[in-house]
Amino acid sequence: MAETKYQTAGLKVWRKAKEIREKYYKDYAGAHDGRALRWGGGAWSFDAVPQALEGEIYPLTEEPYGASIGANPVFQVRCQEAAEGKGYARDLCAYMRGYWGSIIRDQYAFGGKWPKPDFIFQNHICCSHAKWLQVASELEGGIPYFCFDVGAGPYNKIGERQINYVVEQLYDGIEFLEKTTGRKIVDEKLIQNVYNTYISNSLWSKSCELNQNIPAPLDEKSMYSLYVLGTLQKSSKEVADFYKELYEETKERVANKIAAVGNEQCRIIGDSQPPWAFLRVLRYMEKYGVVSLGSLYTFSLIGWWRIDGKGNLVPYKTLEEQGIKIKDRDHALRLLTEGELKGKLMWAPFYGASLKNELVTKIASQWKIDAAMIHVNRGCEGTAQHQMEMKLALAKAGFPVMTYEGNMADEREFDEARTLRLMDLFLTETMGLKKLEW
Amino acid sequence: MDPIERFKEVYEKRHEYAKDWKVKTGRKVVAYFCTYVPEEILYAAGVLPVRILGGHEPPHLAAPHMFDMWCPFSRDCLSQGLQGKYNYADGVMIAQSCLHPRQAFGAWQIHIPHEWDYFLCMPNAVRSPRAKPFLRGELAEFKKSVEEWLGKAITDKDLDQAIEVYNTNRYLMKQVYELRKLDNPPITGAEAMTMVVTSQLMDKREHNELLQQLVKELPNRKLDRETGIRLMIVGSEDDDHTFLEMVEKLNSTFVIEDHCTGSRYFWNEVISEKDRLQAIANRYCDRVPCPSKDWGPDDPSRLRFPHILNLAKEYKVQGAIVIQQKFCDPHEIDIPSLREFLEKNGIPTHFLEFEVTVPVGQFRIRVEAFLEQIRAEELFV
Repeated sequence: MAETKYQTAGLKVWRKAKEIREKYYKDYAGAHDGRALRWGGGAWSFDAVPQALEGEIYPLTEEPYGASIGANPVFQVRCQEAAEGKGYARDLCAYMRGYWGSIIRDQYAFGGKWPKPDFIFQNHICCSHAKWLQVASELEGGIPYFCFDVGAGPYNKIGERQINYVVEQLYDGIEFLEKTTGRKIVDEKLIQNVYNTYISNSLWSKSCELNQNIPAPLDEKSMYSLYVLGTLQKSSKEVADFYKELYEETKERVANKIAAVGNEQCRIIGDSQPPWAFLRVLRYMEKYGVVSLGSLYTFSLIGWWRIDGKGNLVPYKTLEEQGIKIKDRDHALRLLTEGELKGKLMWAPFYGASLKNELVTKIASQWKIDAAMIHVNRGCEGTAQHQMEMKLALAKAGFPVMTYEGNMADEREFDEARTLRLMDLFLTETMGLKKLEW
Repeated sequence: MDPIERFKEVYEKRHEYAKDWKVKTGRKVVAYFCTYVPEEILYAAGVLPVRILGGHEPPHLAAPHMFDMWCPFSRDCLSQGLQGKYNYADGVMIAQSCLHPRQAFGAWQIHIPHEWDYFLCMPNAVRSPRAKPFLRGELAEFKKSVEEWLGKAITDKDLDQAIEVYNTNRYLMKQVYELRKLDNPPITGAEAMTMVVTSQLMDKREHNELLQQLVKELPNRKLDRETGIRLMIVGSEDDDHTFLEMVEKLNSTFVIEDHCTGSRYFWNEVISEKDRLQAIANRYCDRVPCPSKDWGPDDPSRLRFPHILNLAKEYKVQGAIVIQQKFCDPHEIDIPSLREFLEKNGIPTHFLEFEVTVPVGQFRIRVEAFLEQIRAEELFV
């Protein structure tokens, strides 16, 4: 292997990440082998709450499941076509169509028949969230359903009134959960789940923050496989422990100047989900010494952040670091809600382009980027919000920006050859780079 | 002047109307996206709320700001703004609804000059018992922002008057709609749509005067046309007169619709209570929902479907044209279930996807075929 500018090494936690994910999908499917329950929801569904029910309970979060379908080109198209066959428009959220297709085809992406959830516990911020599982419930002939609204305002306008709105809905959700399942919410479990949620979200942010170093210890393609655990079950001890381990390893990589991309010479950010079936395009840019460091999406899909006195993005602290001891159920629900509403900056674009622009230009400067390469994602409106405004804002701030259009989970809308050609042109002509590997 | 002719004139010259209104009154205009904006509060402040509509022309100026996955209506609205068509608007606002107009609003805030802007956090879970108190709080903050901008307080008396004007407008339009139930409605679907859309553009007091005149005159109005097949039209934002007029030339009449440019806009009134803001909040949570908000916190069923079916029955509808703006997710998600629901209840449906300009020739052939299907027994027995 040719000598590189920096030392590189695979992540030691990599295998563990894969194992946790694999176990998660198996546990969900196999829940009914024992007395465990299955619930369906979203990656942002405050899993700490339903996971506090008595006994064993396993979730299936819809977006990561849709991404898993999206990463399998053959199954993906079959699912999309099944949904389209029922009359659903081809331009709807690609994860959602994949998920519905999986129900319609009665096929689970991880083998066997579609494992129907026992109940739905969902949140709503994007147009599709509540509607996604509304249709899923319809396709399944009816599933007990609960959906709460988190569209209470942007992070910088969250006060008691907004927190109360969500907390009150969570109390309604608890009533629903107990009535539907016949099981009680165990406060000790809920409290521990909230501690874990803070650890998962905070330590993911801290790991992302370490990517401000040169060379960057993590590349975005790998980060996708790491943050996903937080979208599956951030409230679990296993996931929280994983993020502790990841953070320690990332610090070690920084200390030893272990790079994600050995020839790092150009640092970029992206936006939105990648085309999952074509992650090799991210590896392709590495041939030019380009490291994709992350994005508002990758940093804050689960990561919680705050803006410090200097106007910089800094990771949220864990509850232990803040010296907070959770007193009771109400305190747990309030802390959970506050973290999600104030810390999840990924929700800021729902309230305006300026909010997204402000955050992205902060990232550009703090993470010392040279350029941006934005996947203009036709598959997800929620994460693709204001992408063109973001492009204009970054360009105004002096960063070269390239866009490539595609779809995170519908390969029929991604032209790989054209994308690679665009990358070649951008990296050679605009950025003046030469390919270092062939 | 004939009220219907006046509605048509205002619709065609909507920007001139707003500019003249400003000169005449010396007051401010707020351009708004989405009918979840609580216009009553703006009106109480002496402001003219004007709904932002597209121009039915290719939205070329929007391209650098919104890529073409976003709905053509929203891109058209932004393009109109970037062309300077709404330069008379002193403020711009949106109520939280679907994501598409939010993209246009976000770009508008950055690129189109204005004095004041506002994002109102309209709850998504309108059926949650928590939504109404939350919206009441949002309205209080909104009212404060308007007061600070204009430098004057909005009193309870101002709110009462605005609510009265708005409720009268809703009541009068419902009176007109009652006449659409007749075997030979004295107003076409295209005319009714112009009436409702101009209500979103005009000073409601003036609109009410025209409506009062219309309610008096309509019972004696004879249209020189056959009613033909009684249709309803359901779906996304739609002020596409070209389409409605084309269909109504094919021996058919739109007797009712469920659009935010139609009945959905005015069907519910504000029910008075001492806390005016709570009364307004209740109205916006209880109104016939946009599909984006049509789900219950613990009940996934849609309230809009039985409402549409009731309309179809009351208005003796023989077929429904179900339309969506391209990329309009909330409607796209509902349409397969809605069509199935209507068809199971004996209402044949035909689906069309709209862009900012409609292919009238192609749509004509498709609608003709649909009308023939409805008249099959009569035609082929």
